[in-house]
Amino acid sequence: MAKKKFVVGCFDDEAVLFPAVKKVRTAGYKIHDVYTPFAVHGLDHAMGLRETSLHTAGFIYGIAGTTTALSCISWIFTKDWPLNIGGKPHFALPAWIPITFELTVLFAAVGMVLTFCYISQLAPFVKKHHFHARSTDDLFVMVIECTEKTNAEDLKAFLAANGAVETDIQIAEEGWWLGRYDKDEMRYENKQTVAA
Amino acid sequence: MASIRLQFEIPGKMKTWSLGLIGVGLVALIFGMITKGFSTDEHEQVHFWGTLMYNTIFWTLICNASMFFICVTTLAMGGWQQSFRRIPEAISTLVPIFGSITFAVLLYVVLSDKHHIYHWLDKSAVAKDPILTGKSGFLNVKFFIIWTTLAIGFWSFLGWRMRQLSNEADIAPMDHESGTKFIFRNTVRAALFTVWFALTVGSTVPWLWMMSIDAHWYSTMYSWYTFASTFVSGLSLIALWLIYMKNKGYMELSNQEHLHDLGKFMFAFSIFWTYLWFSQYMLIWYANIPEETVYFKHRVQGPYKGIFFLNLIINFLCPLLILMKRSAKRNYTLVTFMAVLIIFGHWIDFYQMVMGSLMKESVELGWLDFGILSFFVGMMIFFVGRALASKPLIPKYHPFLKESVIHTV
Repeated sequence: MAKKKFVVGCFDDEAVLFPAVKKVRTAGYKIHDVYTPFAVHGLDHAMGLRETSLHTAGFIYGIAGTTTALSCISWIFTKDWPLNIGGKPHFALPAWIPITFELTVLFAAVGMVLTFCYISQLAPFVKKHHFHARSTDDLFVMVIECTEKTNAEDLKAFLAANGAVETDIQIAEEGWWLGRYDKDEMRYENKQTVAA
Repeated sequence: MASIRLQFEIPGKMKTWSLGLIGVGLVALIFGMITKGFSTDEHEQVHFWGTLMYNTIFWTLICNASMFFICVTTLAMGGWQQSFRRIPEAISTLVPIFGSITFAVLLYVVLSDKHHIYHWLDKSAVAKDPILTGKSGFLNVKFFIIWTTLAIGFWSFLGWRMRQLSNEADIAPMDHESGTKFIFRNTVRAALFTVWFALTVGSTVPWLWMMSIDAHWYSTMYSWYTFASTFVSGLSLIALWLIYMKNKGYMELSNQEHLHDLGKFMFAFSIFWTYLWFSQYMLIWYANIPEETVYFKHRVQGPYKGIFFLNLIINFLCPLLILMKRSAKRNYTLVTFMAVLIIFGHWIDFYQMVMGSLMKESVELGWLDFGILSFFVGMMIFFVGRALASKPLIPKYHPFLKESVIHTV
């Protein structure tokens, strides 16, 4: 569990959030993440996130499915257990295409869902620190990671000047952990003390 | 919107090229007509009229696919296509022109009793043949002519109504009420066209025009297959025109985002075409009934083998592998390349669909095919250019235009 210091700024309007994200980035601060109640169009561009590689992973899973299906079926029907089905040749490619297609889709779909859960740090029994409970309701929560050079108080003022309705400093676990909120979160020095 | 260029001026080069292509095509047409069309050799006759048939049908249907594109996006309440909708509109103005050429060719074939093309024209053969007798309610000269007239007539008429309505978006800004009314009227007219499209391109017309060449054979997949073929080529044609107009400095409101969506459509419908190709092939291959396999016999094992599988590579493997990546669909050069490839691929597909049944012994893809193709390409460039110049390029006051301007993928 690697704990880090974060400065949190909450915004109640998309139109305020976008310029603030831009200003924070040009000022050179490192945005850890922005938590929003719903998907905000164009926020990924504003934050300068790189294009996701999920589709590349999907392609690889799909190819893996195709290969699995074709190699499996061809081995079974030509080497392991050749059967005469309706006088068709043992290597009956057209008959295998539907199954190959299904396995391709299955591998790609399941693989992509699992990969997406992993990169979004979602899994059963796994916990993540919530920077602000209202980020699931009506607040856009921008979290900025502090380095040793960051002056947290200055940053708070900077966020407030750019339209943040609430700001605070939190020391929190940045990744996911296996455990319980009540037990683990107690150990943080300043738990969810939102300065108005 | 001060800097938007609404008026398309036809470049001299485009005029020269289109007239040149039409000229080449006319030379091929006249030469072919003398040496083949009116020769006494039946083989040559079939070659000439068959070539005319698949070219006219292909071009009519892909131009008609443009109007179908407008209508389905309208029905889906799509806004993204508004910034370039005048391009498919311009392409669809070709339907009456190419439609009358198709009508003339088919009328000649049917009325001059060319039973080497349509076997069901031969009355004595039909009388002796229980299968053809059973089909004679559908496959007869009267029904053929009436249905062809209705099909082409209503495509032209309903398409024209749709374009007329689009003109209203050039006149004056609409308030909420008149905008809602305008969209509703668009929906009604688009629905009418789509229903007629389903009754013709989606079912009867490909059976009548092309499948009946193999009078005994039938496939319920055939019309969908034809539709998929023409729709993906039609989309490619729209993409090509969009890229051309962008290159000439028009269509300022359309950008990579719109190209991306067109690319997605091209990708998706290439896969859809393959799905139908495969479904038709696999079922016939699996059942292995002679009266069904007769269609594929000379295509898979005969002289058309090369074209048949080339078809699958161009129309399935290339779009699948090349257009899969997001960056490819946003790349003007790659989309241009793929659009040309797809149109060519489906032209070849139509070639083997028609000529593969008419001339089973040999593949004679040559000057006549490419000559007639150049005639249609020339006509297409000439008339689409004129149609684009006759209207403002952007429906300025369309209620959904803003949605198109801010469109992101």
